[in-house]
Amino acid sequence: MKPAPKSRNSSNQASAKAAELFPERELRRIVATVLRLAKSTAAEETEVHVDEVADALTRFANNAIHQNVAEQGLTVSIRTVADGRTARATTNRIDEDSLRAAIEASLSLAHSQPKDPRLLSMLAKQRYRRVNRFVKPTAALSAEERARAVRRACDLAVKNGQVAAGIYSTGQSQSAMGNSRGLFASYRETHSEFSITVQEGPAASWAKANSADVRAFDSQKLAVRASEKAHLAVDSRELAPGRYTVILEPSAVLDLVGFLFYDFAATALEDKRSCLNDRMGKQLFGQNITITDDAYHALQLGAPFDGEGLPRQKVLLVDRGIPRNLVYSRAAAKAAGKQPTGHGFALPNEYGEAPMNLVFTGGDSSVDKMVASTDRGLLVTRLWYIREVDPYEKVMTGMTRDGLFLVENGRVTGAVRNFRFNQSLIEMLNNVELLGPAVRATGEEAFEMVVPAMKVHNFHFSEVTKF
Amino acid sequence: MWDLTSTALDTAKLRGATYADARSMHIRQRDLTTKNGAVGTLAQSESIGIGIRVLANGAWGFASTDKLTREGVSTCAAQAVSIAKASALAKRCDVKMVPENAYIDSWQAPLRKDPFEIPLESQLDLLLKADAAMRKVKGVTLTETDMQFRKIDCWYASSIGSRIHQRKVISGGGIVATSFKGTEIQKRSYPNSFGGQYQLAGYELIESLDLLRHAPRVAEESVALHSALQCPEKTGTLLLDGSQLGLQIHESVGHPIELDRVLGQEANFAGTSFLTLDKLNNLQYGSEIVNVVADARLEHGPGLGTFAYDDEGVPAQYTDVIKDGQFRGYLSSREMAQLVGLSRSSGTMRTESWNRLPIIRMTNVSLLPGSWDYDDLIADTQDGILMETNRSWSIDDRRYQFQFSTEIGWEIKGGKKVRMLKNPSYSGITTEFWNSCDAISKLSHWTLWGTPNCGKGQPMQTMGTGHGASPSRFRDVRIGTAFANQ
Repeated sequence: MKPAPKSRNSSNQASAKAAELFPERELRRIVATVLRLAKSTAAEETEVHVDEVADALTRFANNAIHQNVAEQGLTVSIRTVADGRTARATTNRIDEDSLRAAIEASLSLAHSQPKDPRLLSMLAKQRYRRVNRFVKPTAALSAEERARAVRRACDLAVKNGQVAAGIYSTGQSQSAMGNSRGLFASYRETHSEFSITVQEGPAASWAKANSADVRAFDSQKLAVRASEKAHLAVDSRELAPGRYTVILEPSAVLDLVGFLFYDFAATALEDKRSCLNDRMGKQLFGQNITITDDAYHALQLGAPFDGEGLPRQKVLLVDRGIPRNLVYSRAAAKAAGKQPTGHGFALPNEYGEAPMNLVFTGGDSSVDKMVASTDRGLLVTRLWYIREVDPYEKVMTGMTRDGLFLVENGRVTGAVRNFRFNQSLIEMLNNVELLGPAVRATGEEAFEMVVPAMKVHNFHFSEVTKF
Repeated sequence: MWDLTSTALDTAKLRGATYADARSMHIRQRDLTTKNGAVGTLAQSESIGIGIRVLANGAWGFASTDKLTREGVSTCAAQAVSIAKASALAKRCDVKMVPENAYIDSWQAPLRKDPFEIPLESQLDLLLKADAAMRKVKGVTLTETDMQFRKIDCWYASSIGSRIHQRKVISGGGIVATSFKGTEIQKRSYPNSFGGQYQLAGYELIESLDLLRHAPRVAEESVALHSALQCPEKTGTLLLDGSQLGLQIHESVGHPIELDRVLGQEANFAGTSFLTLDKLNNLQYGSEIVNVVADARLEHGPGLGTFAYDDEGVPAQYTDVIKDGQFRGYLSSREMAQLVGLSRSSGTMRTESWNRLPIIRMTNVSLLPGSWDYDDLIADTQDGILMETNRSWSIDDRRYQFQFSTEIGWEIKGGKKVRMLKNPSYSGITTEFWNSCDAISKLSHWTLWGTPNCGKGQPMQTMGTGHGASPSRFRDVRIGTAFANQ
C-alpha cells in the first residue's frame, strides 16, 4: 500500500483557519496513478474524476451560533469501458490498493450488463477557455471571522428586539478529470454565502447573497435589510386568494424559473418529458424573455467543461420568447444529428445533459420602479417548497415566505399573510410586464442563476395560510 | 476504527473540549437504473471518514476528515475545538444537555439477503424485464426502473464512555411508466413514486415487491389516465392510499414535531413549526381515532428510521406523538430536551454521513392502524375520491397549509370504485385535516413506507425516514385545488 500524500493541514496546531486544497499536481498524480493501474486490467478505456472540497459553514439561530462545521474530503470516481459496456465506481480512499479495487469494481459492474449501442469512445485532448473563480480572501476566511460577522448581525437583531437565524459559509473546491485518450481538465473555485432570516413576533423576512468572492456582499447590509423588512411585515392582514399583479424579487424569480432548466435537455425531449416537446420554434413566452446558457458569464460559477470533458458552449435557448436551441450531450447529439454543446453529465447516466448556467436577459426597470408603477399588487420576497404539479403546462405550486407586501398606488402599504400559488411558468413568462437588471440570484429551490426581478400580471394565488 | 475515535476524543479533551463524540463511518452504495430498455446508471461508491463534534467554551464545533491516520484525525479534532471556540464568540448561553448513560454495544439490522452479494446480472435482469413489460403497452413513451442499496457501518464513541458499532443495510427500488400525449404527461409508479419503496432490509424487499407482476398494470394506467375525467374541484370525502398517507404524515406531523424547528433553529431554511411549546398536551391534533407514534425500535418494523442508538448515543425509543387525537410529544435531542425541561432525549439525532453533524430527524413516524377492513371502507363511502401515489407535495414553512397531488384518483359512488380520475389533488390546514379523519384501515393493510429523500439542515443532509400507514378516510377536504382556475 502506497502512503497517502501528506495531509493538507499537517500541522497539529489547533486552528480554525480555512483548510487548503491539494495543489493541482497532486490531482494530476492521482489521475495518472489510476490510468497506470488500469493498463494492467481488462479496461479498454478509463476515465477518472477527482473532486476535492474544503467547506465551512457557521449556522446561527436565536441570535447565537448553534452549529459550526467544517468538512474536507476528496473522491476519486473511475469509469471503465470494456467490450462496449461502461460503469462507474467511486471511492474516497486514494492508496493504490483502493484505487485498484475501484477500477476492478467498475469493470465488474460494466461486465454485468448488455452492450450499450449508444456508447461513444472517450474524448481525446480538448482545449478549454480559462475562467478565474478562485478568490483567495474567500478561501482564507476563518471561523473567527465568520463568527464575528454573525455576532454583528445578531447584535443588530437583539438591538431591534428581533431574532436572527441564518448561515455564513465559505469554501473551496476543485475537480480534475483525465482519461486514457490523453484528455485532462481541471478547475477550482471558491464560494461564499450569507443568508439571514429575521423574525419579529410572528413576522419574518430574509436576505441572502452568494458569490465566489466573499467581498462581493456585505453581510451586515443583508442583516439590516432583513431586519427592516421583518419590521415592515408585522401586523400582516389576510387577503382573498385570486389573481394578482406580483413584483417578484430576483430570488423569487430564480426559484420558479429554475424548474425550467432540465426542459432544455435534448434527452428530456427525446424521452418526451420536457414541456418543450412540440413547442420548439414557437412563440411560447413573451417577447421580452431571452434565455442563454453561459458558463463564462461574469456572475456565473462552475467549470468550463462538462462531465464528459467537453468544453461548455454558450447556447441561446430562448430568443425573444421562442425556444430555439437545446443542449446536447455527445450521445444525445449523435442521436439527433446535432453537435454536442458541452452540457453532458458524467457517464453513465439516464438524464443526458442540462444547462447549468442559465442567464436571463434583464431589463431597465427595478423593484422600486415596479412598485411605483403598480396600482395594486403584491411584492414577493421569497418563495418556498415549490413543486411541479403539471409537467407539460409547467404548473408549479408553492408558498410565499418571509415577506409578502401589499402595493397600493405605487407604494408598499403593509404586509399580507402568505399565499399558496398554483401557477404555470409558461403563462407567467407571457405575463411579464417589467424586468430589472439580471443579477446573480440565490434562493433555496434552484441552484444559482442570473435572473432579473420581474413584474408579472395575473399571478394565481389559490389559498391563504394562517400567518 | 476504535483507535481513531479514541484519538479524536483524546485530542479534543487535550485541546479543551468538555464533551466530544466521534462517528467513523464506512458507507457503501450501489445504484442501478434502466430507461427505455437500456441500462441507465450503473455505479457503486464507498466513502469512509470521521466526524468529530465537541463542546468547548460552552459552544459547539464540528469537523470531519477522510484522512484516517492518527495525524489526520488529531488535526481534525483540534480543528473542531477551534471552531467551537469561535462559536463561543457569538453565544448567548452555554450549551447544556440532559444526562445519558454510556453504552458499549454492537448491533446489526437484520436482513435475509445481502444485496451486495446478489449478482449484479440478476438485479439488472429483473429491472430490464420489468422495463420491457411496461414498454409492451402501446402509448407508453418512457419507462424507468431503479434499485439502490446502501450498507452503513458506524463506529460511535463519546467522552461519556459510549462505544457503539451499528451496521445497517438499506434496500429500495421501483418502476415508473410515463405517457405523453397531446398536452399531457401522465405517470404511474409502483410501489411508490420517487424511487419506489425503501426499507432497512436486504434484497428480500426487492423480491417481495413483485415488480414484474405490477409492470403491465402500471403501464396501462399511465396510458388510460389520458382518457380519464379530470378530478373535480369540490369539498368532499377523500380516501388516501397508504403511500400517500405516509407522505402526508411526514410533512404535516413528522416535521412540525421536530424540536429544533419548534425552537427556531431551522428558521432560516427548513422553517419553524406551528407546534409551539404551549400546544404540548393542549391541542386536539386529530380526531380521536388518530394515534401517531415515533418509534425507532426494531419492534416497529424495518423502517428507514429504525436503529438501536441514534447518532449521539441515545437508545432507540418509542414516543407517543398523537394519542387519541391529542398532541403528546416532540422529537428531541439531548440539548433540545434540556432546553424544554424534558428529562431525556427521545433519541432522534441522525446524520447522513461522517461529514455531517447529527441533527434532529424523524425516525419512524407512523399512524397506527385502525379497525376498518379496506373493502368495508370503500363500501361505506357513498361519494368520495380515492387518491393513490404521490405526484407533488408542498407545505408552508410552519407546516399549516399543504397541497398534495397524486398520480391517479378513483371516484367512489355508492360504495364502489366507479371510474378513474386524472390530475387529482387536495389541500388543507394540518389540524383541520387530521381532525376530519373518520376511518383508518386495520393492520393487515398497514405498510411501513420509506421516504429516502428527506432534506434538512445546512449543509443539506438527506435522510431516510419511515412512515407506517394504512388507507384512511377524511371528510370535508378541499379537492382539486391544484388545477382549479388554470
